[in-house]
Amino acid sequence: MALLQLERISAQYPGATEPVLADISLTLGPRQLLVALGPSGSGKTSLLNLIAGFVEPSAGRITLDGVPVKGPSAERGVVFQDDALLPWQDVLANVAFGLELAGIPREQREAKAREMLALVDLAGFDTRRIWQLSGGQRQRVGLARALAADPRVLLMDEPFGALDAFTREQVQELLLQVWKRTNKPVFLITHDIEEAVFLATDLVLLAPNPGRVVERLHLDFGQRYGAGESARSIKSDPRFIETREHVLASVFSQRGVIREQRA
Amino acid sequence: MSINSYDCPQTADATHNPAPTAPRPRGSVSTRAISVLTLITLLGTWWLVTAAHWIDPLFLPPPSAVLEKGWLLMTKGYMDSNLWQHLGASLQRIGLALVAAILSAVPIGIAIGHNRIARGIFDPLIEFYRPIPPLAYLPLIVIWCGIGEFSKVLLIYLAIFAPIAIATATGVRTVDPTRLRAAQSLGASRWQLIRHVIVPSALPDILTGVRIGLGVGWSTLVAAELIAATSGLGFMVQSAAQFLVTDVVVLGILVIAIIAFAMEMGLRALQRKLVPWHGQSH
Repeated sequence: MALLQLERISAQYPGATEPVLADISLTLGPRQLLVALGPSGSGKTSLLNLIAGFVEPSAGRITLDGVPVKGPSAERGVVFQDDALLPWQDVLANVAFGLELAGIPREQREAKAREMLALVDLAGFDTRRIWQLSGGQRQRVGLARALAADPRVLLMDEPFGALDAFTREQVQELLLQVWKRTNKPVFLITHDIEEAVFLATDLVLLAPNPGRVVERLHLDFGQRYGAGESARSIKSDPRFIETREHVLASVFSQRGVIREQRA
Repeated sequence: MSINSYDCPQTADATHNPAPTAPRPRGSVSTRAISVLTLITLLGTWWLVTAAHWIDPLFLPPPSAVLEKGWLLMTKGYMDSNLWQHLGASLQRIGLALVAAILSAVPIGIAIGHNRIARGIFDPLIEFYRPIPPLAYLPLIVIWCGIGEFSKVLLIYLAIFAPIAIATATGVRTVDPTRLRAAQSLGASRWQLIRHVIVPSALPDILTGVRIGLGVGWSTLVAAELIAATSGLGFMVQSAAQFLVTDVVVLGILVIAIIAFAMEMGLRALQRKLVPWHGQSH
């Protein structure tokens, strides 16, 4: 049974004539890593903001376990592109922040936070200050913070977009490991085609003007990584490359996407 | 599962502690050394013109006379009270006013920055009285509240209140919206948002407001003591001037300057201690 369900969602900015998102239906079930991939303007971020409850749809219904989504809540954890951590607190307090808000006693929440830090390979970073961390480390603290609050689903808003290519590869692999271990359904948005194809169990392709779903793919490259195959071997597999090129061609074939012509 | 190769702590520390000043060319002196040199030159000139009797001590007493008078004032006193009592009177006034201003201006500033209705109420009030020099409404305060301690503390309080309230409101309005969303999606209530995200985010601005307010408050205090007081540094300078005791006048001005400088430095140190993340690339 689907956990998170979007039924015919449309969204429009106040005063705009064109909707940002038109008639989007999605489901996210257990053991799924759903990736929404699209160029800028395809409404990816709007879609995530709708699910997170930061904005409301102009039409359609979003439900989690059958209950309509209303406003932000701890059951839908969010990892942001710019980490949004609190620099006046150390790493441990940042990870424990959601539990502190829920009124969990210090000892208990810190134990949970340490567990989460170990999960993202940051054991022993407890007392580090946020500004002492690299970009990749911050994103992992953000992931640990979202997981510590034990959400029903994890929403990730271009979480690796600001990282350099080398760090991004490693954090992608870490995400797959964490996803496999925690069994949390993940909804991730990205504009990086290789990232999307590598991570997704389910990939929805969005096109802009207005943001709409143009293709849905069921993929297994992430599972192959989970089964022990190396990331490089997967990414150089002809099937992987073929899928990547197919997705690229599919995005460019859409109305509203302008492809630069070679002179 | 070893992916720790990118945890290179050296690079993390390198971004943490960027060199605060640009490297200067070899053989040149630091800005601080130039500043010290300026001060020494100034003091030297002062000593020279007085030692050579180019200026009547009535207009400018020699540094030694000022120091001597300083010692006398600290031990024996001037106008019924010694230097410490004058200093204490001034510091007590500004201290009371500062505490009252922080306790009221910070909550009101948060309300202005956070709430449309509070902004509608307080914004015109603050913007109306803020540009008026405090000494312009001192006569009215004296008519209303008399010439006692209360009217002086009230005057300084008003001078400090506006900068703190405005800085706090600015800090609250410029809180990173992603941080607010992050806290909301971790289950933060409205009050938790204010306590855990908005106030700490605005703290650097609040401290800047306190710094500005304290500067304005100190100038206002001394000016008010020049006009209406029977104690305090401003009164000491004013009454000495009436009897042409120039060394006390110079000494008083120096003490006022030193206190202002000490307060500024103290607050900067407090800012570094309380908001070490401010100005860090995060």
